[in-house]
Amino acid sequence: MPLAWLEAAGAWVLPAFLTVILGAALFRRVPAYSAFIEGAKEGFETFLTILPHLVGMLAALAVFQSSGALKALTSFLAPYFRPLGFPPELLPLALLRPFSGAASMAVVTHLMGRYGPDSEIGRLAAIMQGSTDTTFYVLTVYFGSVGIVRERYAVKVGLIGDAAGILAALLVGRWFFSG
Amino acid sequence: MIHTVWIGLFLVGILYAALTGNIAHVSTALFEGAQEGLNVAFSLLGILTLWMGILNVARKAGLLDALARLLRPLIRLLFPDVPRGHAAEGYLLANIAANLLGMGNAATPFGIKAMQELDKLNPEKGRATRPMITLLALNTASVSLFPTTVIGIRAAAGAAQPADILPAVVLASFLGSTVAVLVDRYYQWREGP
Repeated sequence: MPLAWLEAAGAWVLPAFLTVILGAALFRRVPAYSAFIEGAKEGFETFLTILPHLVGMLAALAVFQSSGALKALTSFLAPYFRPLGFPPELLPLALLRPFSGAASMAVVTHLMGRYGPDSEIGRLAAIMQGSTDTTFYVLTVYFGSVGIVRERYAVKVGLIGDAAGILAALLVGRWFFSG
Repeated sequence: MIHTVWIGLFLVGILYAALTGNIAHVSTALFEGAQEGLNVAFSLLGILTLWMGILNVARKAGLLDALARLLRPLIRLLFPDVPRGHAAEGYLLANIAANLLGMGNAATPFGIKAMQELDKLNPEKGRATRPMITLLALNTASVSLFPTTVIGIRAAAGAAQPADILPAVVLASFLGSTVAVLVDRYYQWREGP
C-alpha cells in the first residue's frame, strides 16, 4: 500500500480530534458537558429522522434484490462498467447514491455485512459513501427553501459531480488499499 | 424523482418475482428489510449521538469560527459574485466548515441560511443564480474531512480500524469537489449570469 504512514495516521485522527476539541473547550471555559448533551440530543433526532428512511428504503431494496431484479439489472449494466474497472457489487450503490443518502447508506451496510468492513468492496463502498452526497436531497432542500423553480444547470453539475466523486473514490481507494 | 425510484423498486421487484416464480420471497423480504432498517439505525445511534455532542462542544469552543476565518480566501475564490462583507459570506463559511467537519445536520441549516441570503441578491426570484448553484455543487460533491457516519458504520460492522479510510475519503472528496466546481465554472462561462 502506498502512503502507509497515512493509514497509520488514520488511527490518530479521532483521538487527536477529540483532544483538540476538549482542550479548546477547557481553554475557553466552555461548559463542555452541557454543550455535549445539547448536541447529542441532535444525534437522537437524526436517528428518528433516518429510521423511516432506512426501514422504507431497505424494505423496497430487499424486495427488489430478493426478486432477482437487481441481479438482472446489474448483469445488464456490468459489461458497460467493466472496461472502467468498476466492481459490479458497487453498481447498486453508485446507482442509488444521488437519490437517497439513507438507501445508499443501507447498501453500504449490506455490503459490509456481506464482504466485511475491511474487504476491498467494503472499503471502496465506505469511501464512495463518504466522499459523495445525495444530489437530489440537497437540490430539493436548498432550492426548496427559497422557491427556486428554474434550477438551470444545477442538476447537471450535481450529477457530473456525483459521477466524478464515485470514480475518484474508486481510483483513490484502489490506490490506497489494493496496492 | 425519489418517489418514482422507491415505487419502482417495489413494483419492478414484485413483477420480476412474479415472472420468475420468486413471489414467495417478496413477503419474507419485506419483513427482513424492515428489520434490517431498524438494526442499521440502532447500530448507528450510539456513535451518531456521541459525535453530534462532541461537535457541539467544538462549535461552542469557537473551533467552527476559527475554521471559517481560515477559509475566507477560499470563499472569495468560490463565490466572486457575492459582495465582500455580505451576510451570505458568514453562512457560506459556516456551511463549508460544517461540511468539512462532517456535521451533515448542522451544514444543512447553514446552507439554507446561505441560500436565503443569496436570494436577497437574486434579481429574478425563482431562478437559480450562479453562487446558488456553486453552493449546491459544493454540497452535493460533499467536501468532507470527517465522514462521521461512514466511520460509524464501519465501527458497527467490526472494522479493525474504522477510521483508516479517512485519508482516502479526504482525497476522493477533494477530487470530486474539484471536478464539480470546474464543471460549475464551465457552465457559468457558457450560460452567463
